[in-house]
Amino acid sequence: MYTEKVMDHFQHPRNVGEIDNASGVGTVGNAKCGDIMRIYLDIDENQIIRDVKFKTFGCGAAIATSSMATELVKGKNIQEAMQVTNRAVMEALDGLPPVKVHCSLLAEEAIHAALWDYAEKNGIKIEGLEKPKSDIHEDEEEEEEEY
Amino acid sequence: MDRLIYLDNAATTRTAPEVVEAMLPYFTENYGNPSSVYGFASGNKEVLTKQREIIAGVLGAKANEIYFTAGGTESDNWALTATAEAYGSKGKHIVTSRIEHHAILHTCEYLEKRGYEVTYLDVDENGLVDPAAVEAAIRPDTILVSIMFANNEIGTIQPIREIGEVVHRHGVLFHTDAVQAFAQVPINVDECHIDMLSASGHKLNGPKGIGFLYIRKGVKIRSFIHGGAQERKRRAGTENVPGIVGLGKAVELAATTMQERTAKEKELRDHMIRRIEEEIPYCRLNGDRVKRLPNNVNFSFQYIEGESLLIMLDMKGICASSGSACTSGSLDPSHVLLAIGLPHEIAHGSLRLTLGAETTKEDLDYTVDCLKEIVAQLRSMSPLYEDFLKKQKNK
Repeated sequence: MYTEKVMDHFQHPRNVGEIDNASGVGTVGNAKCGDIMRIYLDIDENQIIRDVKFKTFGCGAAIATSSMATELVKGKNIQEAMQVTNRAVMEALDGLPPVKVHCSLLAEEAIHAALWDYAEKNGIKIEGLEKPKSDIHEDEEEEEEEY
Repeated sequence: MDRLIYLDNAATTRTAPEVVEAMLPYFTENYGNPSSVYGFASGNKEVLTKQREIIAGVLGAKANEIYFTAGGTESDNWALTATAEAYGSKGKHIVTSRIEHHAILHTCEYLEKRGYEVTYLDVDENGLVDPAAVEAAIRPDTILVSIMFANNEIGTIQPIREIGEVVHRHGVLFHTDAVQAFAQVPINVDECHIDMLSASGHKLNGPKGIGFLYIRKGVKIRSFIHGGAQERKRRAGTENVPGIVGLGKAVELAATTMQERTAKEKELRDHMIRRIEEEIPYCRLNGDRVKRLPNNVNFSFQYIEGESLLIMLDMKGICASSGSACTSGSLDPSHVLLAIGLPHEIAHGSLRLTLGAETTKEDLDYTVDCLKEIVAQLRSMSPLYEDFLKKQKNK
């Protein structure tokens, strides 16, 4: 079902984790649909992405696309990071099954959401970046059930 | 990974070697068409009767009440659509539950588009249908009640006898999808007032592509497949003789070993449930703890998603299944898990492990060991778990 690259990134995901006091954090997706991605960016004064980490709740493809997306933006400046589209992530993974294409979209959105957070915190505007449509907070009021 | 641990026996089972052996002569030696006149072929008619007798004996039915089909899905489709048509002049109302197999639910949708009305009964948090709710749903125009004997995902066994009594008292027909329950739990069609029952061969170490529908004598039901006079003119098409012989053998084996086999499975099942509950935090057993199929284990693990869990288990040589949306090709998780009240994100993190006659304690211990590791690994990657831990810290 998955390419070797997808399986590799799923089994050995790169850049899993959190960054304390990150320059930007973006969370996208919806637990209802079964995919949530969170990206942490550490951006230096030259607007270079010094470090990036992710956490993902989701299927094999969601984890692999998050991992690949973090690899693609690491070390890039923020304009270059904007070029990391879902298509680029998919190509880097040698493709995804059609039902999993939305996972790569989520990876692009997560990066954009983290960049948006960074831009807002620093009062700057990033060309081509729009306010992310994130529905993650939709269910926030609901009391979480524990077992 | 050389080791293969097959824990998906609710999906399908290994065909027993004795079954294959019984079937083989009917491909190359006794290949005659049972409808033919000459002696070489006509003997196969008796062979079919023999299999009917075996199956009927297990259910407390008569041999001529057993109709062979291509499997559980066909039996379900037949029972619903044909009854709807035959009794359509009496009424157009059907009662079923929210946790039926899609073979029932999608057939109900089909009938709804054709003027029938369907009541879908809710279940409780363990997946049980309340017989009182069945009674309350029955109307003067109700022609059929269809409630599954045991659920394929969460393993809950319904109070079929109580439901049957209620349905019978109101003079309504009662169908049960027993694909998962047949030869796993004792079933007597008279005691449970069952008028129709669906079952399948490949769930009980028989071949795929063969099943049957039990139809009580006197039930009006039109033929499902039109053509020749096979199956008392109710299901045309040359009989799948090797398949039917395989089904008969599988039923015979499953019925004679049922008591011993299910006692062993129950012990192993409960051992696995106990270990998972004790060793993996934030999990929930889905389905009724007691009224449960002997071979079914179904858990939800919070903060993780089922498909990634399945792939990781696969890498360890373990075959299992999940009610996650990603494994169904839709965006919604299993309708059964939602019907028992699980929130979406918890339904996404479900895992079903179904034991078989060959499952050993070592298999299950290895599986739980792997599961512990995998769940921890996926949680360490999960933003939901991260949020949960932060919340705990701030408390």
